[in-house]
Amino acid sequence: MEEIYAKFVSQKISKTRWRPLPPGSLQTAETFATGSWDNEENYVALWSIGDFGNLDSDGGFEGDHQLLCDIRHHGDIMDLQFFDQERIVTASSTGCVTVFLHHPNNQTLSVNQQWTTAHYHTGPGSPSYSSAPCTGIVCNNPEIVTVGEDGRINLFRADHKEAVRTIDNADSSTLHAVTFLRTPEILTVNSIGQLKIWDFRQQGNEPSQILSLTGDRVPLHCVDRHPNQQHVVATGGQDGMLSIWDVRQGTMPVSLLKAHEAEMWEVHFHPSNPDHLFTCSEDGSLWHWDASTDVPEKSLLFHQGGRTSAFLSHSISNQANVHQSVISSWLSTDPAKDRIEITSLLPSRTLSVNSLDVLGPCLVCGTDAEAIYVTRHLFS
Amino acid sequence: MGFHQFGQACLELLTLDDLPTLLIPGVNSKKHQMCFDWGPGEMLVCETSFNKKEKSEMVPSCPFIYIIRKDVDVYSQVLRKLFNESHGIFVGLQRIEEELTGKSRKSQLVRVSKNYRSVIRACMEEMHQVAIAAKDPASGRQFSSQVSILSAMELIWNLCEILFIEVAPAGPLLLHLLDWVRLHVCEVDSLSADVLGSENPSKHESFWNLVTILVLQGRLDEARQMLSKEADTSPASAGMCRIMGELMRTMPILSPGNTQTLTELELKWQHWHEECERYLQDCTFASNPHLESLCKIMLGDEAALLEQKELLSNWYHFLVTRLLYSNPTVKPIDLQYYAQSSLDLFLGGESSPEPLDNILMAAFEFDIHQVIKECSIALSNWWFVAHLTDLLDHCKLLQSHNLYFGSNMREFLLLEYASGLFAHPSLWQLGVDYFDYCPELGRVSLELHIERIPLNTEQKALKVLRICEQRQMTEQVRSICKILAMKAVRNNRLGSALSWSIRAKDAAFATLVSDRFLRDYCERGCFSDLDLIDNLGPAMMLSDRLTFLGKYREFHRVYGEKRFADAASLLLSLMTSQIAPRSFWMTLLTDALPLLEQKQVIFSAEQTYELMQCLEDLTSGKPVHGGSDTQQCQDDDIETTKVEMLRLALARNLARAIVREGSLEGS
Repeated sequence: MEEIYAKFVSQKISKTRWRPLPPGSLQTAETFATGSWDNEENYVALWSIGDFGNLDSDGGFEGDHQLLCDIRHHGDIMDLQFFDQERIVTASSTGCVTVFLHHPNNQTLSVNQQWTTAHYHTGPGSPSYSSAPCTGIVCNNPEIVTVGEDGRINLFRADHKEAVRTIDNADSSTLHAVTFLRTPEILTVNSIGQLKIWDFRQQGNEPSQILSLTGDRVPLHCVDRHPNQQHVVATGGQDGMLSIWDVRQGTMPVSLLKAHEAEMWEVHFHPSNPDHLFTCSEDGSLWHWDASTDVPEKSLLFHQGGRTSAFLSHSISNQANVHQSVISSWLSTDPAKDRIEITSLLPSRTLSVNSLDVLGPCLVCGTDAEAIYVTRHLFS
Repeated sequence: MGFHQFGQACLELLTLDDLPTLLIPGVNSKKHQMCFDWGPGEMLVCETSFNKKEKSEMVPSCPFIYIIRKDVDVYSQVLRKLFNESHGIFVGLQRIEEELTGKSRKSQLVRVSKNYRSVIRACMEEMHQVAIAAKDPASGRQFSSQVSILSAMELIWNLCEILFIEVAPAGPLLLHLLDWVRLHVCEVDSLSADVLGSENPSKHESFWNLVTILVLQGRLDEARQMLSKEADTSPASAGMCRIMGELMRTMPILSPGNTQTLTELELKWQHWHEECERYLQDCTFASNPHLESLCKIMLGDEAALLEQKELLSNWYHFLVTRLLYSNPTVKPIDLQYYAQSSLDLFLGGESSPEPLDNILMAAFEFDIHQVIKECSIALSNWWFVAHLTDLLDHCKLLQSHNLYFGSNMREFLLLEYASGLFAHPSLWQLGVDYFDYCPELGRVSLELHIERIPLNTEQKALKVLRICEQRQMTEQVRSICKILAMKAVRNNRLGSALSWSIRAKDAAFATLVSDRFLRDYCERGCFSDLDLIDNLGPAMMLSDRLTFLGKYREFHRVYGEKRFADAASLLLSLMTSQIAPRSFWMTLLTDALPLLEQKQVIFSAEQTYELMQCLEDLTSGKPVHGGSDTQQCQDDDIETTKVEMLRLALARNLARAIVREGSLEGS
């Protein structure tokens, strides 16, 4: 990891997301969106890492990612997702869900659609109206699912003014993140260590399945589904642990891997190379987990700045009989094979790394130290 | 520009006249009395309704409350990059291991100092871009003035680095000072490009200016190349140019890799100096005033140097050039003498020294405390003094100096800076690490500040909690969790409220929330938030009421699973162990009714006696209502019916149980 560029942007970055590439495109990612938080004025911004004719000759630190355009956002940006090539959906701490439209011709952003009271504690219209932060979004064109501190789940469609479906009191605690499992099922994680699977075909306010960490009810902050094997799910918790779940069996994680020293804010499988996984944390670290089988002489090692030291992992091998022709390397329970190489990607410890995203060979992450880091050579 | 100098008053008692005044637009302090209140980083000011004069004429007062910010620079978008980037360097510096000694430690510290300076430079360049791009002239001017402040900061820092951190000895000292001057008087590069880019450089109007500046900065190789151009075009002066070029080439200088001693160098230099002197005496350059002036400069002639005031632009350039050509092996201790006389000669009594001059002079005098004091007064932010002082403290240069209040100077300045960060709505996270490295008052300051951070989302609260938990600030953890739990209760999010009170280990609040759960159950007949209550685990033990809530819910679950015997004994144990609050006993007894009515006998005779005992305890303790309220009467009626039904059911169950137990024993 030699080429990772940092740029200080004068705002704390809460979210970073690559713009998806058109299907079948052979390009590499070059545009990403960021959201800020905890500023007097927060912004959604679009950045480009495209070449600008090498503005800077000395190492290219400057000018490596350039601001394309930005727009004021009411409240902290709690989550941000690309809906399609042009549209960005944001979750606000004010409970509002907004769709922004990017106009590439004159490089501007505008509000395309807005659900202002998507999440609230006491209803809109009542005198004691109080909003609740929206904490997570997942998009699957044309659907948008949002979750919030009010424990509510909303299903929106881009062309509908009202929510298509709302599950009030879906959770007694705060919902932190949501992802699609397989349509029309979604999976949420909450602040008491539970994963809940919801099926929009079913009426009622009950999840179709609950999985949970045993004992300590450690809050879960993030979730990502394996891009090819839809039953494999990774979550990250308040204690920095990475859990791998097989939602088809059992109600407990397949493995628990000791990872960061503080809250794991995001976990992402690499979309086209899912043996690779990326996590970031409040402790200011960003890790690359490599579980691919073709790593020569694999061992559970932790690389940082050239030094190599043994890294301990606690893997619970409680489900030993996964009879599948293709077994995901993440579910492998053979101790000899159960080895993951971990690399720390940031040169030095910083304040919390709040968000990351990977696409092809490119990675972007944003921190509370108001820096955006970008690398275009992940696997070199 | 703020009033941070009030803080300065602590360093040295200033007279009232010295204090700068800040006028608040719109406030009339002549007519009205003012009131104010201090905050950690800000001050509130407003007019009171009291008139100053006795006559009570009604003068409309200013309706606003003003917030006066102490450290305005914290709010600059560009400077935020400086704060964030230098935070990383600061934390790195604190972790430099104490064992590191001697050379390696020094080179580390110099590296850190250079990192700080490169951050200042990057910031300066960006500020410069912003100033150019500024739309209105007023803000353009403001940014430009920021650029010059940053430039001055870097100038001071660089000098401090040479004198206090690098501690360059005689010889290398001058080389460092030359680099320092070259870095900060850099118009020469654009001038050089201008001249060389012209058709005939030696005929360019600034040609001799350029050559002179190059000589003044000791860039003799470049000056020589320039002279060769002049020699090529005007054959008349070619001979003179050659001789001058030769003088330039042969000037002895200390090169870093060279092993020659200072004495050897001094001898060679003396020899070279005499040669220059000879050429001047011989009137070799008499026909070319430019070359003659150059020769005088190279002899260190003060008058000749002062003639170039314009090109030198400031006294410290004059000082360094003067040293270069008159005393290249100047000892650090002699610097202050040369500096003072250079300042006096350069200003020539026409103008008085500016704050920057005083700061640099204090540095040349090796008076670190004076440098820091002057900087604190002159600069509008604490960033500079806090970081510089901290670095110098790591160089072990400040140990002896203790203030008569609070802690030492390093800590005092760091606390001021960090408080400024905490006053900012977003930069508070940076402040935490600065407080961490203030051993004496950092912890209490952090405790005071951290509780005042507004928590608008749980995510932000979690970040604040993490800071507190890492530092074992249990009191603050409790109070933050309590705030969140209260908020959740207000929003009717009982599950959340319970989670937060469990995290805070706040038994009283857990009891309160549990009561709310039970009340809701009594009203609605079903439990909410089962996902939480069913998964309480060991956390259930936090408070008796919470234990009861968990166990009571367990009773319902067991009952739902038709494990009646287990359900019955659990229900009874809730009452006999006194976990259940008295007010809830009637509900529990009513819950026993369907169990009593089952076909098979569930409560044993002994258990039935216990249930009866509970019922009697409950009813005998009840005060007799004297009210004639109809509603009250109705309630009482229902209550009485309930008790009678229970008595009947219990009696019947007892009968069945005795019969059954008797027959079991008999068989």
